[in-house]
Amino acid sequence: MSFLESIRVSLRSIKANKLRSFLTMLGIIIGVSAVIAMVAIGEGASSNVASQINGLGSNLLIVSPGQARQGNVSLGAASLNTLTLTDATAISKKDSIAGVAPYVTKQGQVVWKDQSYTTTVEGSTQDYPQVRNLTVQMGRFFNRFEVQGQANVAVVGPEIVSNLFGSNTNPIGQMVQINQMPFTIVGVLTSQGSSGMTNNDDRVVIPITTAMNRLFNQTKIRTVYVSAKSADLMDQAQFDIEQAIRAEHHLTPKTPDDFQISSQTQILSTAQGVTSVMTNLLSGIAAISLIVGGIGIMNIMLVSVTERTREIGIRKAIGATRGDILRQFLIESVTLSLFGGILGILLGVGGAELVGKLANMAVSISLKPVLYAFFSSMLVGVVFGVYPARKAAQLKPIDALRFE
Amino acid sequence: MKSVIEIEDIKKVYYIGDQEIQALRGVSLNIEEGDFVAIMGPSGSGKSTMMNVIGCLDKPSSGEFYLDGYPISKAHDDDLALIRNQKIGFVFQSFNLLPRTTAVENVELPLLYAGVSAKERRKRAIQALDHVGLGTRLFNKPNELSGGQQQRVSIARALVNNPVILMADEPTGALDTKTSIEIMGIFQELNDAGKTVILVTHEPDIAEYAKRVVRFRDGEVVSNEPVLNRRIVKREEEVVI
Repeated sequence: MSFLESIRVSLRSIKANKLRSFLTMLGIIIGVSAVIAMVAIGEGASSNVASQINGLGSNLLIVSPGQARQGNVSLGAASLNTLTLTDATAISKKDSIAGVAPYVTKQGQVVWKDQSYTTTVEGSTQDYPQVRNLTVQMGRFFNRFEVQGQANVAVVGPEIVSNLFGSNTNPIGQMVQINQMPFTIVGVLTSQGSSGMTNNDDRVVIPITTAMNRLFNQTKIRTVYVSAKSADLMDQAQFDIEQAIRAEHHLTPKTPDDFQISSQTQILSTAQGVTSVMTNLLSGIAAISLIVGGIGIMNIMLVSVTERTREIGIRKAIGATRGDILRQFLIESVTLSLFGGILGILLGVGGAELVGKLANMAVSISLKPVLYAFFSSMLVGVVFGVYPARKAAQLKPIDALRFE
Repeated sequence: MKSVIEIEDIKKVYYIGDQEIQALRGVSLNIEEGDFVAIMGPSGSGKSTMMNVIGCLDKPSSGEFYLDGYPISKAHDDDLALIRNQKIGFVFQSFNLLPRTTAVENVELPLLYAGVSAKERRKRAIQALDHVGLGTRLFNKPNELSGGQQQRVSIARALVNNPVILMADEPTGALDTKTSIEIMGIFQELNDAGKTVILVTHEPDIAEYAKRVVRFRDGEVVSNEPVLNRRIVKREEEVVI
């Protein structure tokens, strides 16, 4: 019997037992769709994290104060208050640096007429939009002179506009009170949406000089965002920042840095490390369910061999060889698991999309897990189909015919 | 006349647990081409074992067996499958048709394993079903056919590969008298057209449709003689092979 005929015979027998075939496939369907959906959601989360981190700004380096030490005891990251505005100015003089945005932040209350709203007040420089990938949708960002002159100007996020002014008032030029100090609104930020727990649209940005000296009364800076001129210059920029701050702090060559520099790629790899562990864990669980599905196939195929003993006897009596029977049952189990695999892929892709829509999560479906699921379901069919098929092939025709 | 079955001192021993059962104790038998032989005997006489050996479903423990000149005793399982496919047509008491499969597909089955093309298979299956008078029930499934019709389908299946011998194991066992006579009529027509028929039965009146009766008892042939008053089924039309 030709291979094509074997396939036809197997397909016919699968079609003749639709419900049983479907139930057999169910294990594989669930296994494969779980693999696909888990990987898609995991990769979606990981690329989401990556895009959030990239969204922090391009070629970003983050400078923060070092750890204070008392003897041999560390007091934790950023426990020193060593960074100042002059450090930022020193950094900005280096060639590899495109922009420097020292950054301070506190909660503050914004009041307009009888409306009040509590939000995050951020102080930074005119480089802040470039360094942190922000744009202004209306009006303008404050400029260098306003930073130097400690001007009372503010750029607000869209969330402030909708909460304070509503849609009927043009916010540009409006006078608001931030912590009882008057500010003129000069611009509105373009909406960025949320990243993780933070709503990027819910903030007010004012010149850092104004914030430190007049609003918050603080002299130390917790964070300086720095952008390098290009991705290739990241290492050079890190070196330059180090040199600039060490010179500014008059550190001798033997003294360790009293600050730390972290780059976007470092944060990215940490975050992706976490998500890839999650993805591996989930797909591991899904792979186990695929094996369980395979055992399900073997189980049903064994039942099917027993149930169809008579059919096997008839086929053998009229001339089917061992090979013919082996092929028929093996093709049956491979077809079942392959069908199950394809249905599982469709279900997994659909399920991932659905979860993405409902839970507002990013999903990313790539070809690799789909191919992996397809071939592993085929493998499951072969591996778990061999034993029942051999059992069927080895039945003696007279025993099989006598079977009731 | 040429011998299609040559059996020389065949023995068959079974073991059930550690109990030895001698189903055949040295049987010798010759069946010539064109013969119509009824094998009879009480249950346990070895007639079913004989049927299985002649049908190449089982191999004898010792002795020589030639089917159409081929040595069967030492043939490999796959060779036996080929011989069953090419040289033997089976008709069983319980019909043994594949369930949920149409008549024409059931009849095509031996041709499928013989590697005949789909188109040729269909053509020959329809021809065979026509010959047994079921040309109008081609696409009915076994559960949509009467017992007599099912047995005709299985006869068509047995014939479709144009085998050397036709083996019928209690072919009328599950049928009423009238249908039984019709079925015996088909066998007689096929035999008249030159087909060798071997019939296993325990009903003496069914055996009387054959030309010769071989009686078994305790695993041995006790008699082998022609039927004296042979019953002939009156036929309405000629069956052509």
